[in-house]
Amino acid sequence: MAYSDKVVEHAENPRNVGTLDKNDPTVGTGLVGAPACGDVMRLQIKVGDGGIIEDAKFKTFGCGSAIASSSLATEWLKGKNLDDAGKIRNVDIVEELNLPPVKVHCSVLAEDAIKSAIEDYRRKQAQKQLP
Amino acid sequence: MQLPIFMDNHSTTPCDPRVVSEMLPYFTTRFGNAASRSHRFGWEAEEAVNYAREHIAKLIGAQSEKEIVFTSGATESDNLAIKGVAEFYAERGRHIITTVIEHKAVLDSCKRLEKDGFSVTYLGVGPDGRVNPDDVKNAITDKTILVSVMLANNEVGTIQPLEEIGKITRARGVLFHCDAVQGIGKTEFDVQKMNVDLASVTAHKMYGPKGVGALYVRRSKPRVRLVAQMDGGGHERGNRSGTLNVPGIVGFGKAAEIMTAEWRTESERICGLRERLRSRVQNALDEVHVNGSLQWRLAGNLNLSFSFVEGEGLMMAIKDVAVSSGSACTSASLEPSYVLRALGVGDELAHSSIRFGLGRFNTQEEVDYVADLVISKVNKLRALSPLYEMYKEGIDLKTVSWVAH
Repeated sequence: MAYSDKVVEHAENPRNVGTLDKNDPTVGTGLVGAPACGDVMRLQIKVGDGGIIEDAKFKTFGCGSAIASSSLATEWLKGKNLDDAGKIRNVDIVEELNLPPVKVHCSVLAEDAIKSAIEDYRRKQAQKQLP
Repeated sequence: MQLPIFMDNHSTTPCDPRVVSEMLPYFTTRFGNAASRSHRFGWEAEEAVNYAREHIAKLIGAQSEKEIVFTSGATESDNLAIKGVAEFYAERGRHIITTVIEHKAVLDSCKRLEKDGFSVTYLGVGPDGRVNPDDVKNAITDKTILVSVMLANNEVGTIQPLEEIGKITRARGVLFHCDAVQGIGKTEFDVQKMNVDLASVTAHKMYGPKGVGALYVRRSKPRVRLVAQMDGGGHERGNRSGTLNVPGIVGFGKAAEIMTAEWRTESERICGLRERLRSRVQNALDEVHVNGSLQWRLAGNLNLSFSFVEGEGLMMAIKDVAVSSGSACTSASLEPSYVLRALGVGDELAHSSIRFGLGRFNTQEEVDYVADLVISKVNKLRALSPLYEMYKEGIDLKTVSWVAH
């Protein structure tokens, strides 16, 4: 299968690879997928005072399209507030990367990872407010 | 050294230039139909076809060139062998034995027969990728008419104990078919010594052209009978109608002649290259696993799982090297390799597998380039892998509750 130029570009030069401290209360972590299914994404966001995502990092076990989807997601997340971040849809990723139908699940996984990271951050914040 | 490098010699092989030059006249000046009995053009073509038959017979140890039936390739040979035998011997019994790691041409022919009322036993293999001959022995019933076991597997290159199986089938009076495609000209194969009654071979896996194959059909002790699967002019002694692909057959014959003369020295050289690739990669990287037996293996096959790195992602990273993967992502079905699964390789390692297939035209320079490239790209992808990070932190990945989608 031929890959789109954008997938190749992201896979060869992935943006924002790395790890944030998962115990930091301002960091939300999403870990989705399973090794047995051939893809695992870990996406992390660090949220600043104004509720703006100031940093995003990822690590992905998966094919080139999975790596590209998560790399693109971190690019889009930076600078967004949480509500806007939660509005990123897998179809946006499919469109941007020209993913073929057989690779749509990579974009679904990226959307799940974003939601899961936001949820994790919100849960931590809620816990902090408990007495 | 030229890029891209072809290291996928199980999928196909380039034609040897010696094969091509032998073929060329049969496209233009010696273009006759081998079935034309009334003029020189036909005689010339028939003579060339029979010369090829002799070389193919010699390569597999057949007693007569009359035992070679030309087909369009190994898929047709497998179909003809299995369905042709099943149809002819159905009154004697309707049970067939094969293995779970056969090529789809064998498995799907068996599945078709199941729909027609035959019963099929699919034998499993050990972690080394080999069938236990005792399992064959125990599976044979008085209704069994055919056992079909491959010479060497196309994914993991493991060589099956055909000699032991052949003794069992001969003693029980059951026909023995072998899909010999991957192993022919690469490892020992002798239909007499192994008591093989039918064998499928193809030219393009042995440096010959695509679109031509053959089925060996034993003519004595026992004489094997088939029901033809193609109706028409009654070519190939009624076993396979259709005008013979003369240039292809000439190329097949030349490829067989070269193999007979050169396979032992060639296999030794290729095995050296394979071991060079394997030791370089395994010395430089941790958690690299060889799938299948290393001892009972085709010289050119190296099937490795690179833990924590997904196979298709790795193939993309080494895109100047043509290899293949057992990862689900490379198949239309999105299922990981059924062969690796049969060996007991877990899905996560199946997703991480790469098959290197070395052949006649690979060089040491290419092997060194590929080894270095693989090492650097696996390191890069592991730096990108959450699983490798967790593994390094000492987390047992089997205890993590994954959110599968």
